[in-house]
Amino acid sequence: MDSDFIELDGVEKVFDVRRRTGFLRRERREVRAVDGISFRVPRGEMVGYIGPNGAGKSTTIKMLTGILTPSGGRLRVAGIDPARERTRLAHRIGVVFGQRTTLWWDLPLRDSYRLMHRMYRIPDRRFRENLDRCVELLDLGALLEVPVRQLSLGQRMRGDIAAALLHDPEVLYLDEPTIGLDVVSKAKVRGFLRDLNAERSTTVLLTTHDLTDIEQLCRRVMVIDHGRLVYDGALAKLHEVGESERTLVVDLERELPPVTLASDLSVRVVKVEGPRQWLAFPASVSAAPLVARLAADYPLVDLSVREPDIEAVIAKMYASDPAL
Amino acid sequence: MVRLYAVVAAGGFRRHATYRAATAAGVFTNTVFGFIVAYAYTALWDVRPQLGGYDKPEALTYVWLGQALLMTCAMLGGGFEEELSERIRTGDIAVDLYRPADLQLWWLSGDLGRAAFHLLGRGVVPMALGALAFELALPASPWTWLAFLVSVLLGVVVSFALRFLVALSAFWLMDGAGAMQMAMLAGMFFSGMLLPLTLFPGLLGEVARALPWSSLLQVPADVLLGKRTGWDLAGAYAFQAGWAVALLGAGRLLQSAATRRVVVQGG
Repeated sequence: MDSDFIELDGVEKVFDVRRRTGFLRRERREVRAVDGISFRVPRGEMVGYIGPNGAGKSTTIKMLTGILTPSGGRLRVAGIDPARERTRLAHRIGVVFGQRTTLWWDLPLRDSYRLMHRMYRIPDRRFRENLDRCVELLDLGALLEVPVRQLSLGQRMRGDIAAALLHDPEVLYLDEPTIGLDVVSKAKVRGFLRDLNAERSTTVLLTTHDLTDIEQLCRRVMVIDHGRLVYDGALAKLHEVGESERTLVVDLERELPPVTLASDLSVRVVKVEGPRQWLAFPASVSAAPLVARLAADYPLVDLSVREPDIEAVIAKMYASDPAL
Repeated sequence: MVRLYAVVAAGGFRRHATYRAATAAGVFTNTVFGFIVAYAYTALWDVRPQLGGYDKPEALTYVWLGQALLMTCAMLGGGFEEELSERIRTGDIAVDLYRPADLQLWWLSGDLGRAAFHLLGRGVVPMALGALAFELALPASPWTWLAFLVSVLLGVVVSFALRFLVALSAFWLMDGAGAMQMAMLAGMFFSGMLLPLTLFPGLLGEVARALPWSSLLQVPADVLLGKRTGWDLAGAYAFQAGWAVALLGAGRLLQSAATRRVVVQGG
């Protein structure tokens, strides 16, 4: 049970889309938003769930909360079939949709928390403890009496995360929890999630477009595209599988022909623009010997290393996978 | 359970109470319209006394009551339905659906809270101003006022049930604006907001008085004016409660159909 806290076996979600093609004629088309996904998440794990827009991430999360019924396959969360026992499950899960809010727009933050207190029938003492803890760690003290509509995006997001945790959920689904946040707010949210997972061993499933979220929080990452799971494993290995590359941007003293280095360093020049050149090399390789050689052979003025971003890694993964 | 929905109702009350300038502007509008319609009715009843079975003070009471209950019973809309259908359109409804709470009861509680605020915030002042400026036929007995409040409560529930159906239509239509406009026109005429439904002769009158919208204004007004007492009062309540139960039931059916086919819009 603990090792299969979240269980999906060949889960599918098919939408029927009707499109007008003529005056009265309509065309029916099947859209397979989720096309046979299987995975298991043990209790207490933090998993990143990533993929391009429209890959089926949110559809999966909606099935895991029970608001969408799978078209096929088997799905269990804490032993519960979400679609059949949505309300019973609701007491055990917390959900944060980054682009939506569960808070009362016109009223102070505190009123929404009072509502959670009643909705989840949280014992008074527990409610106070949890609220105090969230207020302290998410820095909400000064915001409790402020109407939600006056909060900044980052403040509102922290308010939403607190709202999802007051009833001690065993699982937390986070759909883009850092979208649109500034660097400071992102760091605050990530730190809080890390502590939550460490102290309460809350299971966390996180969808995001921000690779840094995953790097700082999750050891395991699942990649979905076109409704199918295309990768499930360690984040570090994702870079290998995706053959992702880092980029070294070098500024030379003057305009020179493309840099050539000894063949044992797998590097290639991607772009030349005046004295500036872009060199790509595998993400798994250290940049140090490369920089040393460059500095020895060329009149180097400045350089910087750019990390691969998740979209590029995934895009490359698809391109290199003939099955897709 | 009860405590949850009590908190939701209190929230509905306070949400509307936060917008004081809007409330003041609304009271002003209701009062101005009250005067305009009251003078029109005065002209009408001078020519045709006892029109629709009302004398002139009763007809003027009807006018001011219409203004006082306009927001409470949401005859022209303006409660929660724009918000709910917008949530369906944008997909925010997903947030409401994963909560361990019933969608219809949730919104009903919020709307009752809103109606309670509007009765105090938008109802009392226009009624009092109307009573100062015109000779009205207000009842002396507190029992009549109590009977009236019960009828208003039932009217609000009927109004909610109607608007809940309209809002849920957004699940199929994707944009609730058209349905809401039709509901507003129906509400304006069939509640008796334009003219008392007792004025209309023949089949049109019969039909208008039998439709659920008459629960919103015509029935509470007749209770306040003492036209419905004893068994007739029980009949008025039964009429309103019957429509409330039937429409809430229809809302539940539509709700379960909607959530079963739910295609939650957007990301």
